[in-house]
Amino acid sequence: MIMTDKSATTQVYRIVIKARPQAIWDAITKPEWTERYGYGGSVEYDLKVGGRYRHKASAEMKAVGLPDEMIIGEVIESDPPRKLVQTWHPLFDAASAAEAHTRLTYEIKEHQGGVCTVTITHEVAGAPMVAGMVPGGGDPARGGGGWPWVLSDLKSLLETGSRMSA
Amino acid sequence: MTQRSPNVGNVDDDHVFRALADPTRRFLLDLLFQRDGRTLKDLESGLAMTRFGVMKHLKVLEHAGLVVTRRSGREKLHFLNAVPIRMIHDRWIGKYRERRVSALLALKTDLEEKD
Repeated sequence: MIMTDKSATTQVYRIVIKARPQAIWDAITKPEWTERYGYGGSVEYDLKVGGRYRHKASAEMKAVGLPDEMIIGEVIESDPPRKLVQTWHPLFDAASAAEAHTRLTYEIKEHQGGVCTVTITHEVAGAPMVAGMVPGGGDPARGGGGWPWVLSDLKSLLETGSRMSA
Repeated sequence: MTQRSPNVGNVDDDHVFRALADPTRRFLLDLLFQRDGRTLKDLESGLAMTRFGVMKHLKVLEHAGLVVTRRSGREKLHFLNAVPIRMIHDRWIGKYRERRVSALLALKTDLEEKD
């Protein structure tokens, strides 16, 4: 059984959300939305090729000693409200900060019945710590939620106007 | 462009539970958990089953949103999507566990107050 490196180091996460593509796009790219789900914090996106991406810590994160810049990256492709490709490099943990920058793709696809699929493809070659962290499976309260928990919380926020109960 | 209804079932937990109810399908998910992004050929080599049988199971998993496929050149790769499992956990397991924990905490408080 021979596997290419690419396939072995790619992770895919998909969720169905009853919302307009633009609402989902805004929830991913605008700080007033990112503060309201997942781990919170506010994003800064310069949505052009080569534009800067910063995910900044919330007051609570800073209070427990996390850095102001939690995640950094660069925009590779921006096609609102359908596709966003960027690099994604966490700085909140020294071990993963020392790894290669990863590549993250958001795809928003509209379907009948007012629902969209949101697919995250995370290419984590050269970043085993990130590869181990982003699938989640642990306690979200201790940072173990990963993409499944973040997406699930995003769905809850957009569909019901409030987050999942903690 | 609006497309036909999504090939994912986590709108509806029934699809996920039905997909998980079959041991072959759970085995396929375990294979993908061990190593993600596999071809049909690779997956069928781990099973004593026809290619058609494996395809049918993968279709059910895909419809339930538990498997997402991607094209990579000429190959179709299958990826495990853990999101529906997380949602089942949060909706059905976390809730009851929390209730049990809080019931135990209430009992503990009751007992301690009696001391």
